[in-house]
Amino acid sequence: MSTEKRVQLRARVLPWLLLAPQMAVIGVFFFWPAGQALLQSLQQQDAFGTSTEWVGLANFRQLLADPSYLESFRITAVFALLVAGLGLALALLLAVMADRVVRGAGVYQTLLVWPYAVAPAIAGVLWLFMFAPSIGVLSYALERLGVAWNPLLDSGDATTLIVLAAVWKQLSYNFLFFLAGLQAIPRSLIEAAAIDGARPWRRFWTIVFPLLSPTSFFLLVINIVYAFFDTFGIVDAATRGGPGKDTAVLVYKVYYDGFKAMDLGGSAAQSVVLMGVVIALTVVQFRYVERRVQYG
Amino acid sequence: MVERRPALTLLSHLVLILGVLIVAFPLYIAFVASSHTAQEVVQAPMPLLPGPHLLDNYRAALFGNDSGSGSHAPVARMMWVSLVSALAIALGKIAISLLSAFAIVYFRFPFKRLVFWSIFVTLMLPVEVRIGPTYQVVSDLGLLNSYAGLSVPLIASATATFLFRQFFMTVPDELLEAARIDGASPMRFFFDMLLPLSRTSIAALFVIQFIYGWNQYLWPLLATTSEDMYPVVIGIKRMIAGGEAANEWNIIMATALLAMLPPALVVVGMQRWFVKGLVDSEK
Amino acid sequence: MLKKVTLAALLLSLGVGTSHAQTEIQWWHSMGGALGDWVNDLAKDFNASQKDYKIVPTFKGSYDESMAAAIAAFRAGNAPHILQVFEVGTATMMASKGAVVPVTEVMKLGGVKFDPAAYVPAVAGYYTATVGPYSGQMLSFPFNSSTTVFHYNKDAFKAAGLDPSKPPSTWPEVALAAAKLKASGHKCPFTTSWVSWTQLESFSAWHNVEFATKNNGFGGLDTRLAFNTPLHVRHIENLANMAKQGLFVYKGRGNAADAAFVSGECAMMTGSSGLYANVKKSAKFAFGIAPLPYYPDVPGAPQNTVIGGASLWVMAGKKPPEYKGVAQFFAYLSRPEVASESHKRTGYLPVTKAAYELTDKSGFYKDNPGTDVAVTQMIRKTTDKSRGVRLGNFVQVRTIIDEEFEGVWAGKRTAKEGIDAAIKRGNEQLERFQKANGK
Repeated sequence: MSTEKRVQLRARVLPWLLLAPQMAVIGVFFFWPAGQALLQSLQQQDAFGTSTEWVGLANFRQLLADPSYLESFRITAVFALLVAGLGLALALLLAVMADRVVRGAGVYQTLLVWPYAVAPAIAGVLWLFMFAPSIGVLSYALERLGVAWNPLLDSGDATTLIVLAAVWKQLSYNFLFFLAGLQAIPRSLIEAAAIDGARPWRRFWTIVFPLLSPTSFFLLVINIVYAFFDTFGIVDAATRGGPGKDTAVLVYKVYYDGFKAMDLGGSAAQSVVLMGVVIALTVVQFRYVERRVQYG
Repeated sequence: MVERRPALTLLSHLVLILGVLIVAFPLYIAFVASSHTAQEVVQAPMPLLPGPHLLDNYRAALFGNDSGSGSHAPVARMMWVSLVSALAIALGKIAISLLSAFAIVYFRFPFKRLVFWSIFVTLMLPVEVRIGPTYQVVSDLGLLNSYAGLSVPLIASATATFLFRQFFMTVPDELLEAARIDGASPMRFFFDMLLPLSRTSIAALFVIQFIYGWNQYLWPLLATTSEDMYPVVIGIKRMIAGGEAANEWNIIMATALLAMLPPALVVVGMQRWFVKGLVDSEK
Repeated sequence: MLKKVTLAALLLSLGVGTSHAQTEIQWWHSMGGALGDWVNDLAKDFNASQKDYKIVPTFKGSYDESMAAAIAAFRAGNAPHILQVFEVGTATMMASKGAVVPVTEVMKLGGVKFDPAAYVPAVAGYYTATVGPYSGQMLSFPFNSSTTVFHYNKDAFKAAGLDPSKPPSTWPEVALAAAKLKASGHKCPFTTSWVSWTQLESFSAWHNVEFATKNNGFGGLDTRLAFNTPLHVRHIENLANMAKQGLFVYKGRGNAADAAFVSGECAMMTGSSGLYANVKKSAKFAFGIAPLPYYPDVPGAPQNTVIGGASLWVMAGKKPPEYKGVAQFFAYLSRPEVASESHKRTGYLPVTKAAYELTDKSGFYKDNPGTDVAVTQMIRKTTDKSRGVRLGNFVQVRTIIDEEFEGVWAGKRTAKEGIDAAIKRGNEQLERFQKANGK
């Protein structure tokens, strides 16, 4: 975190008091359990933990020896880029449009944010209803249009499906924050620019976008994290990592090993690797991208 | 919108309508599915227009029906549990994050960077991976089957702190200087100036966190042992028999849509806070 | 004197009070929807039939989720008494020494007479240990078991000029029927759900050959996959050829294909017998159930099919009076009337032979043709090779088979290549399990 406020307050005890609630909660409910979970990466246990064996780095070695694991990195990178890119671009477009209209603004906002309220369990089912080969509403439409669509056996189709599903879920989220960010921009600035003769397109890039950059940065980081960590539910509902292993993103394997295969050691080892990757990515974002963020 | 440009406005509407169609299409499917019989929903492909069984299905969803489908579980109770825990999570998260972000942005103290990153790193480990040990902690604290057990572990996350940090960074330093000149204490500054400015961020976060809390499934499944502490999403999942048994998709969809009403109300309610130009007047 | 009497009276009343306190037995299950109602009714009826014990069923999500919940609870010291675990988790449960109590033990603790021979052989045999310290004992209680059967759409048959009362009984006949269906314009003549279970595991048992060495894993942890015999390769090649010709359409992993049959899209499907209730309720066509197809030139075929579904495991660390309650509950579930009712209500197999006979006598099979197919496939005496498949890391093995075979169905590789790849990766999983648990 290289940026700091110019003016800062001095107080000895107050900052720690302010931080205390959050630190307490994450100490007890994150770090302690997380530490234990990660310790499991150095162990090999039966499911119920009745016998534990310390195996050092064996779980990690196993991971690196698995060619499909390394392939999974590539799949995840492509997936994350597509999801973050599309999710942010589309949401920004919608937010800018929604910010412009006066009539019906409330309706649009509600309709665009409401899909976020769909419980993930139900969302999975809905996507199945829409995209199941032949039976699904959209698959049927595609078939009528002559488009060959089979995410069960075609990797491209399968990847498209999970990208679409993941982007869809994040659109509402991104839209909401972009809109909030846009609403917080003082009208006076925009009016001044308009009086100066700047057209909407210009106004957007010279005034709105820079002022929106703190929000954009926030969403960029969050979307990358989301693409890496929160998408296994979608993959599980849509393709289960198939066909073959072509849509098995990294976090899917973590979830699969930990939950379905009951291989807690392996799952923990993968989590360590995944954490390392995303932390590195985030540090990079904070160092290089945040420099371009304008904090007004 | 500053000047009148009808073409642009028309374009905006078109884009928005298209966006709504795409984004809300799955919801529409759910709605259509909730208005047919279970048999019709399962046939390929499902009809695209609503059917005549809307009221029957919703009645069954709320009160149960003869064929054994619909809710035998007390819907009201589940909605209540969901409501309390969602509110607790949303309000709890916002409260502690506001304080933390304030500390991180406005104060100088040792280990600040470490603190920020340690809060941030909570985003990097999915709940499912640490759910076993988290269960152990909650169990040791005796919090199983309680609202506290359902809510507090989910407050431990960085999204809100990060968002508020971003927002506070944009607040002009002049404000702080003016407050100091006035002799206001840091907390005065926080309550009287910073909080009102953060309205839109707080509103957005409240919507997101409330829905997040409302839609919790896996954690409540583990953290409760008595079915009367089940939130609504578990109730819905429970209607899905899994395996080979027939699912009454029409009733399930009806229930799911009913369960989405409170979050929808929250979204609608929060819009009052999104009023443009609000921030303008403070400056 | 009065004080003494009062004290005595107080103590007596306390004693009387506690002797009526019911022992609660926690039962975690994964039965949702109508099946959940069935579970709740079983508990309600049992609780009403006696005063000492109260079964409390709790829905804990899918099989994976309830397993994870039970593991977390066990490690924290508050596991349930009874846990419903799917059949592929059997090896995992068995390997967790000290976490479970075999059913035979539980019945002994509960003082309930227990005769393993009363249970349907192929069902009970799967959950019985054959080696190790518990050899000969039934480890878990069969609860909701299904098996592989052949579902077909009678209306589609008629439209294709096939006789709806004569479903194909051999795989060559299936291919012929599929060709006729395709010729009549049908887009999905044949599909299957649970690829590994129907086309490899049950297939092997049905032909009395091994799916994995050491009697499919019953004989020890050093078992390895063995489905690369000429018979297996031939069968998968046949399916691959059918796929190429559009006669076999792959509809996804697990039971994703079920929806395709119920909706009428696919005319023939090998899948679970438990699908019957769903088909009866939702299908808009006349349907039939037939035994799993086989290859007539294989000696010993058809033998019996293997089991699917789940069973009830009893967790360790509870007090003896509680195990008594569990034993009573299991005895209750085994009563012919109760087991027969469950079978009729859900479509799962009857657990005991007596239940089967009772159901038969009641004319149920006559009124609902096809519902006895599953039972007759399972009620035969099993051989060592056909008792079922018990492998460690079985979940992973099945996924590996799904993954490698998807390449075969897509025409990207030959059947033999797919089989060899699956066996290689699958054996790695078995080795790991052996290493982790071979003590």
